[in-house]
Amino acid sequence: MAAESPDQQIHASLAGVTRVYPGAAGTRPVHALGPVDLDLKRGEFFAVVGPSGCGKSTLLEVLAGLQQPTAGTVTFEGRPVAGEVPDGIGVVFQEDASFPWLTVWDNAAFGLRRSGVEEGEVRRRVDDALAFMGLKDFARAYPAQLSGGMRQRVCIARTLVLQPRLILLDEPFGALDAQTRLLMGDEVLRLWRRTGATVLLITHALDEAAMLSDRIGAMSARPGRFLDIVVTGWPRERDSKIVSEAAFGEITGRLWDNLRGESMKSLGYAGMAVE
Amino acid sequence: MSRVGWMRLAVIVAAVGLLEVCCRTALINPKVVIPPSDMASALFHLLASGQVNGQIVRTFGIVLLAIVISVVAGFALGVAIHAVPRIRQALDPFFATYYAVPIFIFYPVMIVIFGLSVMPIVLMGVATAIVAMIIATLNGLDRIPRVLTKVARVHRMGTVETALRLKLPAAAPHLFTGVKLVVSYAFIGVIASEFILAPSGLGRVIADAYSDFNNPRMYAMMLLLVIVATAVNMLLHVLDQRWAERRGIGKI
Repeated sequence: MAAESPDQQIHASLAGVTRVYPGAAGTRPVHALGPVDLDLKRGEFFAVVGPSGCGKSTLLEVLAGLQQPTAGTVTFEGRPVAGEVPDGIGVVFQEDASFPWLTVWDNAAFGLRRSGVEEGEVRRRVDDALAFMGLKDFARAYPAQLSGGMRQRVCIARTLVLQPRLILLDEPFGALDAQTRLLMGDEVLRLWRRTGATVLLITHALDEAAMLSDRIGAMSARPGRFLDIVVTGWPRERDSKIVSEAAFGEITGRLWDNLRGESMKSLGYAGMAVE
Repeated sequence: MSRVGWMRLAVIVAAVGLLEVCCRTALINPKVVIPPSDMASALFHLLASGQVNGQIVRTFGIVLLAIVISVVAGFALGVAIHAVPRIRQALDPFFATYYAVPIFIFYPVMIVIFGLSVMPIVLMGVATAIVAMIIATLNGLDRIPRVLTKVARVHRMGTVETALRLKLPAAAPHLFTGVKLVVSYAFIGVIASEFILAPSGLGRVIADAYSDFNNPRMYAMMLLLVIVATAVNMLLHVLDQRWAERRGIGKI
């Protein structure tokens, strides 16, 4: 078999992407992002960290096709992303996006049913996804009867059944406590290994990024640009136990070195000395 | 029946029993308020005789028509107003003060325009109820989580599919509250209009019985209205509760 060319290895990319939000009446436009260049390799786990308001979520939405970049180009599997979310991209949002009027099972089946997938196949994929996400026993429950973490797993299951090739996670564990986040991180790693999908994770938690990712992009304060790309070097088979490894501390330390000054800027401490 | 249901029933039975005793023992003048058992007996005989069946059908038909118009038009207007924020801003103060205005003062104007027909009563029912539906629709649309719009775009859903599959179910609890209010207001608007000036209908029957000192007839009709209005609202309440439980909101 011929080896993949570098172009084939690149799954999605941003080239010179900027996003400027037009100002409301009487206010100045907001330059939220860029210019940003990023190549996501097929099958890698890439995390983006940065201070609050630095344009992380904007970057994700531009990559997903939910927002048009002001300048630059976005491509997914070699085709430009323009106007709508391409087939093959799944997004999990920070907010609870489960449908409270549907059971867990029907939530997970939502995308498949409206795509006209045959009912037997829907049943197979949904049962499989719920079992994988540990929700099998809650298939007939409604989201309001579940914890926040479980509701987020419902949203992940809804994305998973569509078998996306690129999964975009926008701070999906932002509202969860630290222990639950670690466990959810393990589940995301299992999901990533099993699906073979490329994953882009937006997070403000340095430990989460360090534990989950192959590479981590550290972003500056607004307008967000990549200051550093940290390669973690973790093996593909990994879980939350790596938080006790020395390299884990080195990675989070390097990320914090990059982000400390930027975080202070975003909080309005621009005039203070940063040691 | 649940324990709460039994308690509810017990409260009603106790209240009716107390009124019965008070009337029978002349603690309440039975010429002013007849005992509930006599009200029920008068209602049974009135229904059996068929004297007021036409009026009953007419009134409840008008109430139903007012409900349907108010729900459909109120929802449509709510959606339209929500879509144009400037119109929403202009109308919000009117909605906030709408129920402070006694709408019945416009009833004579409607009679002048439409005559002593069914139309003014339908319009009074609609005028009393529709704003509740508009406000409920606006509230429901305001509370649709923004993330659902993003989810719809990820699933490449069009505007109509997004509205029907995501926005409508998300706003449904508020819309149902609007429907419940519409039912209550439509009853009030229609019966009160009939009571004031209409030539027929249950409100007119009650007003005539009152003028003729025909207490059994008056209380029989009042009892019928109380039973029907309560039954309809209880039914809607039960549906609402089941819905809330399903969504994990629990009993309120």
